[in-house]
Amino acid sequence: MEGDTPQRETQSRNAPLAAGEKICPGCGTANHRDAAYCNLCQKSFLPAGVSRFAGEPAGGPPGAPGPLLRPAPMLSFYEAASRNVRMSLLLFLALFAAFLAVGGGIGSAYGSVGYGVALALILYAILAATAYFNGSSLVLSIHDAREADTADHRRLRNVVEEMSIASGIPMPRVYVMESPGMNAFAAGRNPQEALVAVTTGLFEKLNREEVQGVIAHEMAHIKSRDTLYNICAAVLVGTIALLADMFLRGMPFRGRDRSGGGGRGNVALIGLGILLAILAPIAAKILQMSISRQREYHADAMGAQFTRNPLGLAAALAKISRAGAEVPGENRGTQHLFIVNPLRDFADDASALLSTHPSTTLRIQRLYAMAGIGPADVES
Amino acid sequence: MSWIPAILAVVLVGWFVLSYNSLVRLRNQFRNAWHQIDVQLKRRYDLIPNLVEVVKDYMSYEQETLTRVIEARGAAISAKGPAEQGKAENVLTESLKSLFAVVERYPELKANQNVASLQEELTGTENKISFARQFYNDSVMTYNNKIQSIPSNLIASVFDFSQAEYFEVGEESRAVPKADLR
Repeated sequence: MEGDTPQRETQSRNAPLAAGEKICPGCGTANHRDAAYCNLCQKSFLPAGVSRFAGEPAGGPPGAPGPLLRPAPMLSFYEAASRNVRMSLLLFLALFAAFLAVGGGIGSAYGSVGYGVALALILYAILAATAYFNGSSLVLSIHDAREADTADHRRLRNVVEEMSIASGIPMPRVYVMESPGMNAFAAGRNPQEALVAVTTGLFEKLNREEVQGVIAHEMAHIKSRDTLYNICAAVLVGTIALLADMFLRGMPFRGRDRSGGGGRGNVALIGLGILLAILAPIAAKILQMSISRQREYHADAMGAQFTRNPLGLAAALAKISRAGAEVPGENRGTQHLFIVNPLRDFADDASALLSTHPSTTLRIQRLYAMAGIGPADVES
Repeated sequence: MSWIPAILAVVLVGWFVLSYNSLVRLRNQFRNAWHQIDVQLKRRYDLIPNLVEVVKDYMSYEQETLTRVIEARGAAISAKGPAEQGKAENVLTESLKSLFAVVERYPELKANQNVASLQEELTGTENKISFARQFYNDSVMTYNNKIQSIPSNLIASVFDFSQAEYFEVGEESRAVPKADLR
């Protein structure tokens, strides 16, 4: 795999590079063969119009231009964290606006905008209350988690306590799930009532430093209230889908009731309502996924701030992607809670629009960037 | 237009209350963080006698290492003032490191369940001490940023919120630890 590299002139590091490395057409620097952009001059190796983050590192499908344009990846802990918070807030507001618009659209089709909005908000309140007060115990029972209190879990509990000290939040409850796969999630509406759950495979196969990285990531989710965000977003999206469904089913009956009286304006409103009802669930789902992806990057950055060691989590992610991340009771409803999506094959292009997590390769690449190591040095 | 001054006054008072409260919160946070370090240090003092008790029967030839740990613990407990204590704690950390290095050389000691769990507890406590110090420094940074930046520095100077000190490691612990290969 490794060969001599006599043509390296612009780079002075003496780390051996893999064969088939990419030579930057701009400045002649030798880069890793999977590099998405030049390590020295930051020129993108992807086809024009494809963002370095929207496409996969190996070059991506050339036909699909990525809709996302993001700044250069060399960010400090604090910059990464604040940028991700900003983006997530924006997306969360957009999701809420979409929710209100659908309510209003459906209401207007039935003659009263206020009525539709009110109905949407009431439904949302009921669902949100259920998720808010019973969400954590629901998730725990779905995934068959039990409290970690035996002597076998001493190291795990110690690591969690270390990270709770580093992050300055109270010690969360610790749960384990019986599974050879490696995965973890955090839940709870606030840091005082939070919990983290890990699979037995995770804390048996990872070393202390790597477990620390994973737990720090989960503590970051708790500290930045991602666990709350996730519940709210899931409830909002679920409700939009429900409302749209109700609207589509209700249409025929409404047409029969008042077939004589509808004006031209009314027809336009009904058309708008139908359009919203079709588009809303799709848009809502996309928004929910991108919230979740931003939050994963954010938690990676914040967790690195707690451990001051981005490479611990990077090593853990690499191990997880090799060994698999299956958990008991995995399903589509809770997949976005986990540190690595248990349902996704890692070979997939996980940076596609409809995925809950960024691709593990990209996450590792960003963690290395935080440690000051460019993608050229990352052995894949 | 008489309501403009009234609105301005409300905004100003609101800003004052929020800023003052956040300064108080940050000050309490870093003070509490300082006491959290003490909690972990105390826990380390309590664990060391247990470890020495378990280990000493196996290590008849290593009495010197054990004595150093016990003496360092005593010195750290009786140290007065942050500077002296910081130094004593560093000596204790170093002596524990050499004790663990010795434990590595005794296979029957490494296999002992009690030693393994005490070692895990001490490693955890060492980590907790350093993370508590890290959190203290982070809290100090947030607090200092707040009292130095405009406009909250106005309130800070009027109500005497003074700058907080960072926890600094001693020169000796910054040196690279030497591996003893025999």
